[in-house]
Amino acid sequence: MATTYYTDDHEWIRVDGGVATVGITDYAQEQLGDLVFVELPEVGKSLSKGDPAVVVESVKAASDVYAPVDGEITAVNDKLGDDPALVNSAATGDGWLWQMKLSDESQLEGLMDEAGYKALIG
Amino acid sequence: MADTGELKQLPLRQLHEAAGARFGGFAGWSMPITYPAGVMKEHLHTREHAGLFDISHMRLFEFTGSGADAALARACPVDPTAIGIGQSKYTLLLDDSAGILDDLIVTRLGPERLIVVANAGNAEADEAHLREVTKGLDCRIEPLDRVFLALQGPEAEAALTATGLDLSSLIFMHGLEPKEGWFATRSGYTGEDGFELAIPPAEAEAFAAKLLADERVMWIGLAARDSLRLEAGLCLHGQDITPETDPVAAGLMWAIPKSLRTGGDYVGAAALKRARETGPSQRRVGLMPEGRQPIRAGADLFDADGKPAGHITSGGFGPSVGAPVAMGYLRADLIDKPGDLFAEVRGNRVPVRIHPLPFTPHRYRKG
Repeated sequence: MATTYYTDDHEWIRVDGGVATVGITDYAQEQLGDLVFVELPEVGKSLSKGDPAVVVESVKAASDVYAPVDGEITAVNDKLGDDPALVNSAATGDGWLWQMKLSDESQLEGLMDEAGYKALIG
Repeated sequence: MADTGELKQLPLRQLHEAAGARFGGFAGWSMPITYPAGVMKEHLHTREHAGLFDISHMRLFEFTGSGADAALARACPVDPTAIGIGQSKYTLLLDDSAGILDDLIVTRLGPERLIVVANAGNAEADEAHLREVTKGLDCRIEPLDRVFLALQGPEAEAALTATGLDLSSLIFMHGLEPKEGWFATRSGYTGEDGFELAIPPAEAEAFAAKLLADERVMWIGLAARDSLRLEAGLCLHGQDITPETDPVAAGLMWAIPKSLRTGGDYVGAAALKRARETGPSQRRVGLMPEGRQPIRAGADLFDADGKPAGHITSGGFGPSVGAPVAMGYLRADLIDKPGDLFAEVRGNRVPVRIHPLPFTPHRYRKG
């Protein structure tokens, strides 16, 4: 059973058996506007919580997406190369950014659940 | 970061709020950046139909008096006698070093009457500069209190006519006063046919509402205004042209009459003559990055040997081009034989090549 957590940087992280899928929230994609490019990391890269992992570029500006927890990248969403707008149309589904193997599952405890995130964005 | 509380508010603010605009600060004003349609749709709508822009942050100045022409000739590298009644001209405000203080559109409405349109961020400095350099001349310089709208796109003329304002006889870079207190030019900042309309504030809301009731017309925010002008190869003052760039390096000598390129009585004439003789060390060019990654203002350029080759002054994604587009300054010796060029983005070198400007063809109504 997958559990979804949220960060105050407007990322979601869905954890299923030690593997986490990460993306940005619908609120975040709406704030960014139409995405035209997503710079994805290399598979195998190790990230610490807070490291810039992905750059999402809208027509107007580039923004970092940070690693919500420590871990190693196991997959990236290659579909975004041809269709970065997937992040706009399906931020929490087909528009996921990367998957990672968690180094320390206890870090998840510091993140928000859906109710907490909804309260954050108001 | 500017505190949004200190930003100036547009007179039609409530209309933009009702349309769901997202606001951001620009040149001291709180401006609609995007509407719910989003920058991509707004951009493409303008190229296909008609986009309505609130550009009331820009400032109109009226020059009147027997010295109005002399004032303009002193302030700008322009020949006022060559501007007939109803004609508009793109010109520049230069400092003593021929640095570009602003770019302006001037329109003649009478033998002793001109309208000058200045950029928002420079308006106050422009006004002070204009008063200073035209001291002693019989010319009143008066800022006008108007709502300023641009209607741009292939259906602009038809949509305007449908409101009861028929400006179909106006051709590109001409202007007139269609009603008491109104001022209209056929010009714009998108590369498309269109109009800029200065309207008395009391009449503006009803006029905008009438236009917006037409399904061909929608509000367009500042984000799409920027991507449209970049595709059209048009300069943004403060980025592509600044007091540190002169008209030679900026590739704007076409805006200066031949007789004034080698001297004259306007501010910056001597420095411009020297700049022209020396030749620029860098020149403004259009640049197209390879791939889909946009290259933004501030990115450095490198040549095939890895030596500094210039920098990007405007860059982003061109929705009509369907690819990233950019403008920047490139070392003059590389213009004709650029070899491999790279822009540095977050530590990576992205190949770029020179691309002629504009990226999308201009579709002005030239008569």
